[in-house]
Amino acid sequence: MPSIRIPTLILACGFVLGAWPAAAEDTDVQLVIREHKFVPAEITVPARKKIKLIIENQDATAEEFESDQLNREKVVPPKGKITLFVGPLEPGRYPFFGEFHKETAKGVLIAK
Amino acid sequence: MLGIAILVFREVLEAALVVSVVFAATRGVPGRERWIGAGVAAGVLGAVAIALSAGVIADAAAGMGQELFNAVVLFAAVVMIGWHAIWMATHGRQLALQLQALGSEVSVGHRPLMALLLVVALAVLREGSEVVLFLFAQVAGGSGWVDIAGGIALGVAGGCATGLALYLGLLRIPIRHFFTATNWLLLLLAAGMASQGARFLVQADLLPSLGPKLWDTSTLLSDRSLLGQTLHALIGYDARPAGIQVLFYVVTGALIIIGMRVWGKPRRRTTHGAHGAPQAR
Repeated sequence: MPSIRIPTLILACGFVLGAWPAAAEDTDVQLVIREHKFVPAEITVPARKKIKLIIENQDATAEEFESDQLNREKVVPPKGKITLFVGPLEPGRYPFFGEFHKETAKGVLIAK
Repeated sequence: MLGIAILVFREVLEAALVVSVVFAATRGVPGRERWIGAGVAAGVLGAVAIALSAGVIADAAAGMGQELFNAVVLFAAVVMIGWHAIWMATHGRQLALQLQALGSEVSVGHRPLMALLLVVALAVLREGSEVVLFLFAQVAGGSGWVDIAGGIALGVAGGCATGLALYLGLLRIPIRHFFTATNWLLLLLAAGMASQGARFLVQADLLPSLGPKLWDTSTLLSDRSLLGQTLHALIGYDARPAGIQVLFYVVTGALIIIGMRVWGKPRRRTTHGAHGAPQAR
């Protein structure tokens, strides 16, 4: 059955890649969303390291963390806390924004 | 109102394009309107349910519930689309011949429709849940009801119009090549979804990225441009893909091609029946 073969292969891929050596330890970075703004709006992270981004939403409304440069998007529920991984990044500026409050929710990740 | 309309449009567009491809791929299948309509309705209900439980999903699986949920939904759709594409490789030629000869609907059974109903429902659910969350935030943020209602109306109308345009465009493909074309579209759709699913698993650190950014074509075609987003929804265009996304894309595409070759009948073009046969709906 074709319907069996495809997921099996996807799973197989998953297992093979799961055994891939993990990168060096991650760097944790904390961000807060308050009154539809990112605090801090500018944050410096080490380059060429995987970054664990922890975002806490203190507002009573949902936000969506989004960044084209980082190729990431994730909903941050009201009063919720989310984690996502980015990088390892080449040195440079990586702007991000809150899709639900674009006017105010803006920030940039600077990899050095 | 415009800001609301644009966000709603972006999300509706992606779902509408998927529905259009599915609608084209089921051309000539009786009762498809009901099946696809049911898929859209189920998707909308699901979107509201998902939005309401966003907090629970986000906290699940050690904070990676959202990524897992999205990846599972995407991979489920990939399997359903793959199954249908392979099924069509066996039945598509027959279907095209009958459409040509009769210019009417033909009976192919309901099996593939169930799979496509799920594909439609999952696409609407994924995009719709973001719209619902956004609208909740708008209501809470004190946006006026006129702005919200107007934004929804404009966004939905725009998204649906684009989907309809794609569908009408696809109908212009000669019927002899029609199902070959829709089959390739389904294949690319599935490959693109597999790539997106892989991205979510990298974001959750459950898969290695195999290079966080294999290439960057954002200056050429941005993900956020209308064309970029259309191609993203249809063929999985990504301006900055991770290595593993490309791998998932290629492997998924290859598996479906192999499936079509192995289970599909020889795909010789036979030209029984008149070329100018009446067009089916």
